[in-house]
Amino acid sequence: MAHDAQAAALPPLKQVVADYAGDKQAFQVPWGKAMMWIFLLSDTFIFTCFLTGYMNVRVSTMASWPNPSQVFALHLFGQDIPLILIAIMTFVLITSSGTMALAVNYGYRRDRQKTVVLLCATAALGATFVGMQAFEWTKLIMEGVRPWGNPWGAPQFGSAFFMITGFHGCHVTAGVIYLLITAKRVGSGFYDRKGTYETVEVAGLYWHFVDLVWVFIFAFFYLW
Amino acid sequence: MSQAEGQQQHPLTIYLWIWLLLFVLSACSYAVDYFHLQGMLRWTLIIVFMLLKAGFIVAIFMHMAWERLALKFAILLPPLCLLVLIGFMAIEGDYTFITRGTAFLR
Repeated sequence: MAHDAQAAALPPLKQVVADYAGDKQAFQVPWGKAMMWIFLLSDTFIFTCFLTGYMNVRVSTMASWPNPSQVFALHLFGQDIPLILIAIMTFVLITSSGTMALAVNYGYRRDRQKTVVLLCATAALGATFVGMQAFEWTKLIMEGVRPWGNPWGAPQFGSAFFMITGFHGCHVTAGVIYLLITAKRVGSGFYDRKGTYETVEVAGLYWHFVDLVWVFIFAFFYLW
Repeated sequence: MSQAEGQQQHPLTIYLWIWLLLFVLSACSYAVDYFHLQGMLRWTLIIVFMLLKAGFIVAIFMHMAWERLALKFAILLPPLCLLVLIGFMAIEGDYTFITRGTAFLR
């Protein structure tokens, strides 16, 4: 209350500063975690805008939409298996989410070695995912998919595909680098000296979010 | 031990169970495509499996289930306004489709 009374007596701009700098904490979590959640919230809006844009062009196009089940099929063992590459990518990403969750847990148990191994495994699975995505892009570009057209139907298919999966792939790539830096710091004992492993949990939030976005892309772009 | 570490230490088994569950749910959504389900059944199953997976990732892997209500509100409520955007864009897309139909396909 004393703070409010002091602030009320200040000139307007200083009052704004005093109000925003008021000695109160809204979220009872480390600041890094609160800021990561707010960043992920803004990223949610970005990816929803992409998926909504995709919905809009798919609803409004007069041409027929290419069938993702066939477009993303692979010829394996003498037969076409629908969507198989995307299914494998999904399982790779979920596996990496699992190893990440375990890494956070072992970090809080102060088990440095297991945390480093699990973080590196997560990064390796993430890199595998990006590699498979590069393979998928190459295959589609060779088949003639462009942002302005493709051999099978609605031209908007290519632009939506490259935009959405490209942006997600960038997130995964950034995540791999982020995880490797975190792993290096865990290995060097940086967080032991700092006295807390919460930074590993914050890195985990980002990684799980990348998996979360893929859940929606998988459902709306590949399965719909 | 810092404040966050006291709050977010959970038994390993819960992560392993959720991990397994996510695998099963992903296999289910892939099965929807593999068995060529169509129409309302397909769309309903896709949405149900998607929401279940998203819910478990946010609640357990991202620890949201154990966070305080203030943080849950701050992070989970704002995305609801995106439903308005999605609704508007669906209506607008339908309108564009009908307009194109009457203008170009006569």
